[in-house]
Amino acid sequence: MQEALPTTAAVAAARAEPASRPSAGEWLDSHTGPIMVLPAVLILLGFAIFPLIISIYLALSRFSLFQGSFRLQWVGLYNFRRLLIGTQQYHLLGTFGTLRWPEWAIFAAIVALLLVWLARHLRAPFHPFGFLGRCISAALAAGLALLVLATIVPGGYQGTLLNTCLYVLFGVIAQFLLGLGLALLCAQPIRGRTWFRVLFFIPLMVTPVGVAYMFRMLADMDKGPFAPLRRAIGLADWSWATHAWSARLMVLVGDTWQWTPFMFIVLLAAIENQPRDQLEAARLDGASSPQIFRDITWPAIAPVAATVVLIRLIEAFKIVDLPNVLTAGGPGLATESLTLHSFIAWRTQDLGGSAAVGYILLFISTVTCVSFFNYVVRWTRRFQ
Amino acid sequence: MMLKRWGLRALFAAAAAAAWLGVAAPPAQAGEFDGVTVNIMTQTGAIQEPLQRRAPDFEKLTGAKINIIAVPFSDLYQKVLTDWASGTNSVDAAVFAPQWMVDYVAGGYLEDLTDRIKHDPKIDWQGIAPFFRNFSANYGGRTYLIPMDGDFHMLYYRTDVFKKYGLKPPATWDDYLADAKALNGKDFNGDGTKDYGSCIAKKRNAQSYWFIMDIAGSMIQSKGTAQGTFFDTRNMKPLVDNEAFRRALEILKETGKYGPPDELNLDVSDTRPLFVSGKCALNLDWGDVGVLAIDPKTSKVIDKTGAVITPGSKEVLNWDTGKLEACNATNCPYAIDGVNHSPYAAFGGWSGGINVKAKPRVKDAAYAFFSYMSQPAQSDVDVTIGKTGFNPYRTSQFTYNDVWKDSGMSKVAGDAYLGAISDSLHSPNMILDLRIPQNQKYQQVVLDEAVSRFLAGEIDVEATIKAIDGGWNDLNEQIGTESQLKYYKGTLGIQH
Repeated sequence: MQEALPTTAAVAAARAEPASRPSAGEWLDSHTGPIMVLPAVLILLGFAIFPLIISIYLALSRFSLFQGSFRLQWVGLYNFRRLLIGTQQYHLLGTFGTLRWPEWAIFAAIVALLLVWLARHLRAPFHPFGFLGRCISAALAAGLALLVLATIVPGGYQGTLLNTCLYVLFGVIAQFLLGLGLALLCAQPIRGRTWFRVLFFIPLMVTPVGVAYMFRMLADMDKGPFAPLRRAIGLADWSWATHAWSARLMVLVGDTWQWTPFMFIVLLAAIENQPRDQLEAARLDGASSPQIFRDITWPAIAPVAATVVLIRLIEAFKIVDLPNVLTAGGPGLATESLTLHSFIAWRTQDLGGSAAVGYILLFISTVTCVSFFNYVVRWTRRFQ
Repeated sequence: MMLKRWGLRALFAAAAAAAWLGVAAPPAQAGEFDGVTVNIMTQTGAIQEPLQRRAPDFEKLTGAKINIIAVPFSDLYQKVLTDWASGTNSVDAAVFAPQWMVDYVAGGYLEDLTDRIKHDPKIDWQGIAPFFRNFSANYGGRTYLIPMDGDFHMLYYRTDVFKKYGLKPPATWDDYLADAKALNGKDFNGDGTKDYGSCIAKKRNAQSYWFIMDIAGSMIQSKGTAQGTFFDTRNMKPLVDNEAFRRALEILKETGKYGPPDELNLDVSDTRPLFVSGKCALNLDWGDVGVLAIDPKTSKVIDKTGAVITPGSKEVLNWDTGKLEACNATNCPYAIDGVNHSPYAAFGGWSGGINVKAKPRVKDAAYAFFSYMSQPAQSDVDVTIGKTGFNPYRTSQFTYNDVWKDSGMSKVAGDAYLGAISDSLHSPNMILDLRIPQNQKYQQVVLDEAVSRFLAGEIDVEATIKAIDGGWNDLNEQIGTESQLKYYKGTLGIQH
């Protein structure tokens, strides 16, 4: 406050005086931040943003090889049209059956619920971007609900989009519940606690392809370790690999085996960090274990739990190794995920189609994860 | 007995190697390719095995280091093409399906080997069966590939089981279904568990998509190799929307009823151990099963394995009406006992080709290695070993001789196995595999996906026909129907 603002004359004098120009060292000092960040920005631009932009171009073109080179022919939205409403619709979205009144009623109920949810937001202080975001989330939820209804009715069949959503939804729920259960058990003062912690953590260390091959062998119908058991219970003529839902279940089992430790280790850390004084006070007051979990542990770990689920959600959308190794996407298209769909398209030189599938996956996973962050992760922070 | 067989095999291999060293390779060759490394891409497992096993011997002989890059079969076409087309050229040579050659030659990526072969007496080019030498290895009158394998689909059956139940090997697909049904659930290998009537690889994104053509082909093609199987040679219309293909789909699906419960998830690499461990009465496959069956370490079906030409049909397709008609002298001129057989030269035999952009010394070394692999001294041994993935393709390998005897194959088994190959190879009604530009998309993409969806129960016969017919027509339009027709007719015009 005591410093006077420099007068115009003083500024002019300073400008005229070459000695007052900052030296190279001073300049570096004042720009240290951006300079330090620059390599990371360049790497990010080069390896993430640039390919993303190029792949937009790929998604809008048809790739073909000719005489020692390649050609990219601009086709506009053809690749997306083909996947969403054209000849490849069965692959991405599935085959649709005819909806009857019960399905329409369920769909109407879902839409009504979503509208109520949107209306509640309108009553709160209105943010245009927030409302737009909610509209996008609601539209995606309604679209997915319709897709599920249209493909579970007779004559319907799920495509790679719903397969992926299935892996994400059920996989993450199962991994979260199992991880939480194991974490709660390992947080107890039991013998061999450290040993259990290491043991439960091991699956995460195994490469996903290794996990996939291991499950392939475990689930072998003829020579696998469970084959005698299967014969003993009279399932000799049955195979998980032949039926769509059992094959998907097998992929989910492998995925859950691999990723439960991730949930476990993070939740265990959160549980061990919960306030000891509150726990002890509750115990002294005679609170039961469920009460302690509901009122102390859960509020303490909820923000971490929501964040770890978010991270897992992002990962889960990318599932490819397990279905590729276990079933190669079969039987039929039953276990093919979006990433595997994209990979198979790429393998057949359909680079445009492959990029288009990638963008559809990016859209769905982004909307889901941003929605989850806004509506769940933030909500859990209210406990803190 | 086991030791004796292996001892004999080892002795023979050593003798063959010594003979090659002493007679075929003059000492001047040693160190010829010192410091040269050749990167060769091929599929994982079989095919990789013999190349990898013989690479150190070749290095000792010539100094060239052979680096085998193995990738899963479903990635092979694309990986080789991408490497060569993008100009990366990290792959100097590759061992792949000859039917893909058309795309590699069209792009100008393959070295013309015609003159090298002419000046290479050691390769014994004339000893290679004419079909592989003149059709599989050639394109547009020039030779681009060195055959290392001969490929046909054949039918394998358990001679002991068939004898026990008083059955004859199936001549038609209806016989096949009846036998598979009758034998399914019986215990063939005495392990107390039920075994399977039929084992056919049906996994998606694998090597299963050829088997539907075994069945469909026997009803579609009856007037000789030049008639064609995949497209109508008059207008390039897919030969799919007809009674023959519909019936073939039904037959293939029905075989699943008499097969392993997880057959939809089995590739040929899974059905082979199943047959060899004695769990299958009938099996369709390439020549590999015949030699895997004589491996004393793994086989429980030594001298219990019969092989015959793939079953046929008593009804064949009238191309004009799309209906099946009973065989007669006019529509089935090559029928045997009223049954039209169309053995399928599926795949065409793994063959080696060289990247035209490789350095001259590397090309020389790659050629020398492929020549070495194909020379009778090596090849005669390799085709008798099941895990190589190499099957007989040289004339000398088609008759039972001391090499086969030393490999552990009995005269009876040898005559049956080699007889089935010979019958298929010399059939005037053999089916040539599709060799038009981008054939991989027609078969490995459209056909494979549609058939596996059908087998999984996702779509019915009509939807499958529509998917294949529509998919093939779309590809024809995209690539150019007229030019595809020209290519298709061109490949059929070359007679073996």
